[in-house]
Amino acid sequence: MQTFLAFADLIVFAVLLLVGYIAGRIAEKVHYASIRKREKLFERVTVFSSRFPPTVSQPFQATLVCGSVVVSQDYFKAVAAGLYSIFGGRVRSYESLLDRARRESVLRMKHAAMRKGASMIVNVKFQTSQVPGRGVGAVELIAYGTALRPVA
Amino acid sequence: MILTNIEVIPGKRVVRHLGLVQGSTVRAKNVGRDIMASLKNIVGGELKGYTELLNEAREEATERMVRQAQVAGANAILNVRFSTSSITQGAAELFAYGTAVVVE
Repeated sequence: MQTFLAFADLIVFAVLLLVGYIAGRIAEKVHYASIRKREKLFERVTVFSSRFPPTVSQPFQATLVCGSVVVSQDYFKAVAAGLYSIFGGRVRSYESLLDRARRESVLRMKHAAMRKGASMIVNVKFQTSQVPGRGVGAVELIAYGTALRPVA
Repeated sequence: MILTNIEVIPGKRVVRHLGLVQGSTVRAKNVGRDIMASLKNIVGGELKGYTELLNEAREEATERMVRQAQVAGANAILNVRFSTSSITQGAAELFAYGTAVVVE
């Protein structure tokens, strides 16, 4: 009985790992494809981290825009990160996760700006915070800035 | 009410500074969402429920800040900043602050 239980634990772990790996890989691929597509779509909105637009000759109307996303790790990424943290170095599984999330938050911010008819966003700030919760591995990424709409 | 996170409002002149205004809200998520989130932790991806929850909370914090500015007689808030901090395991505080000004 004891050995059977230990064996069952191992199977559950392996299944979770496999499900996490496959679902995570597919989700990542789909998400990256969608990010690339939308980045092309929103190309017209230029984003600056500098405080003021490069050309201030044109009159603008300003509004605050914000984009945010909460992303969760998958089981495989969590286990991989655990292994990475033993040996140190780059935690690649989280790097791609945060890259995706940050680009997503920028896209959402751009979308909000586009809906307001803005052509650029200046003074973009990023913020990352951990979502609190028992056994929940998730982070929130937000991007916000001042959207400028050219006034004719 | 015009909000920006730069020190000016393009095309407008600041007539009067009214000082710091702020708004905050502390939100807890419910257990149901936690359970869904821990399931989502297996397959990964966006936690849409949390995204919405935090967005709503941020909007509320912003609204409170705006109300404070209105009471002070401002018509714009400059240099708006957001900050999020987790208080305990289940709750987060969302905070928005900026400088209330009168522009013309």
